[in-house]
Amino acid sequence: MTGDPSLKKTKEIVLLFEECGADIVELGVPFSDPLADGPTIQRAAERALQNGTTLRTVLSFVSDLRQVTQIPLVLMTYFNPVFRYGTEDFISNARNAGIDGVIIPDLPPDEAGDFVRTSRSHGLDTIFLLAPTSTEKRIKRVTKASHGFIYYVAIAGITGANLLLDGSMEILIAHIRQYTENPIAVGFGVSTPDDAAHVAKLSDGVIIGSAIVKRLHENPDKLKDYLFSLRQAIT
Amino acid sequence: MPALEELEEAFFHSLRDKNFQLQLTHLQKTYIGRPTPLYFAERLTEHLGGAKIYLKREDLAHTGAHKINNAVAQVLLAKMMGKKRVIAETGAGQHGVATATGAALFGLDCEIYMGTEDMERQVLNVFRMKLLGAKVTEVPTGSRTLKDAINEALRDWTSSVRTTHYVMGTVFGPHPFPVMVRHFQSVIGRETKRQILAAEGRLPDYLIACVGGGSNAMGLFYAFLADAVEMIGVEAGGKGIETGEHAARFAGGSIGVFQGCKSYLLQDNNGNVLGTHSVSAGLDYASIGPEHSFLKDSGRVRYAYATDDEALAAFELLSKTDGIIPALESAHALAEVGKRAPALSQNTLMVVNLSGRGDKDVQHVARIKGIKL
Repeated sequence: MTGDPSLKKTKEIVLLFEECGADIVELGVPFSDPLADGPTIQRAAERALQNGTTLRTVLSFVSDLRQVTQIPLVLMTYFNPVFRYGTEDFISNARNAGIDGVIIPDLPPDEAGDFVRTSRSHGLDTIFLLAPTSTEKRIKRVTKASHGFIYYVAIAGITGANLLLDGSMEILIAHIRQYTENPIAVGFGVSTPDDAAHVAKLSDGVIIGSAIVKRLHENPDKLKDYLFSLRQAIT
Repeated sequence: MPALEELEEAFFHSLRDKNFQLQLTHLQKTYIGRPTPLYFAERLTEHLGGAKIYLKREDLAHTGAHKINNAVAQVLLAKMMGKKRVIAETGAGQHGVATATGAALFGLDCEIYMGTEDMERQVLNVFRMKLLGAKVTEVPTGSRTLKDAINEALRDWTSSVRTTHYVMGTVFGPHPFPVMVRHFQSVIGRETKRQILAAEGRLPDYLIACVGGGSNAMGLFYAFLADAVEMIGVEAGGKGIETGEHAARFAGGSIGVFQGCKSYLLQDNNGNVLGTHSVSAGLDYASIGPEHSFLKDSGRVRYAYATDDEALAAFELLSKTDGIIPALESAHALAEVGKRAPALSQNTLMVVNLSGRGDKDVQHVARIKGIKL
């Protein structure tokens, strides 16, 4: 979460991620009502908001960050801050700041036609989510609207819940692959190196959010070891 | 999204399903107590000395407010969809009580999400829900009020959708909720139309209703949209618009996208949702049903607001003139009546939706007046 506990700290952490072998960094934009997030990320967003972090400060933070790293950056934000900022301005400013892609969990592809077209013309990837409950129609729609990668939500639920290892993921991911050549990354519910190893075998990427945010807040000294253990688990 | 598609299909199916319609009509009559009366408030009319004022008595519906119309219908729908469990958000507790009531009636499991702050303000309703067999889950995040309870209910629903139906309490949220809740509440306006024609032989000149999310107002207005009837929705002006402590989305908000729909929203420049204030928990909400936003922008319905003090005065006035203690929400509509009726002729007909009864608010009002019970 950008700005939790401070922008300075977020910068250090992004560089730490790079050092520990992350391929992509997802930066959260704090929002007052984070519907798709569990308690860990909700609290992180509350802290970041209290520190005065806004979509505007996140974009200028990214511009600064680009002076020191070229690691791919994906922004996770809810739609209302983007809408309020001005959708077209957001897309062009985000791209200019050095953002590579965006995830907007409360913007379904059904409502995202203009957003996807404008993003594409600016070279900004739009990443949409699929879940175990997604229907055939939805899989087609999401794979068509997604660029960069597909975000497969490993659980039906919110971030930070427990991963379901019942064999359904293999089948669903194989099914999604029929519709897209984009990589499929799996997130929500991945927290241990074992989870990561399991998910990495089935998909093209492992997304870890809450587990990192939690360690960062509660036990920052252990974060580096944890990140290395994740990296080792998936290579 | 698949949950919403499933619900949309089930709802549109229910409109053509004779069995569903028969059961619902039967429950409206024998369980909810419909039709609710349209009452000529003679003493209030006399007191204000202008327009002739009728009250649509939703306060006499089972559980004491219009919320039951929607809750029972949605729980019936959930049962027909094969769901085993219903969840809902609640602010003041009226929708929570109505949903818990519906769940008890159909033998479904029920969990109600309620902000910590509202749980403290509405202790009595928390206990009522528990008596009805519901689990009440505290929401300690965000502003710890209604909007956070909706967030939490939506989070629950995303992980429980296969077994669970989310009973949204107002004409808000993602499609099909605004359309569905409007439909289940529109019985208010259909009855009113019949009743006023029987009583006066003509349609009313004004319809007035309070607007939180907007379900009681939409329920009253919908049957009259094509008629030459003036309509006024009344928002919560709290401590006054200039203080920033209010819930008047049209007077102080701008368009946003929140909790699954695009509508007027009280938000800051960065798109974060602002805290709200109203003496009435049922109006204390940062956004408003998207169809109200449409009706406002198209000019079909006018929207006003009443402050806490104006609502409290109206709360006491109706209690004394007609022996009816209104809910603080409905008192906002009555405050608007008090501003308009005196200037209108005695031939003018005004219908006010008395959306709920004030029993739940009595302790709260005593506290505000500094009276120890």
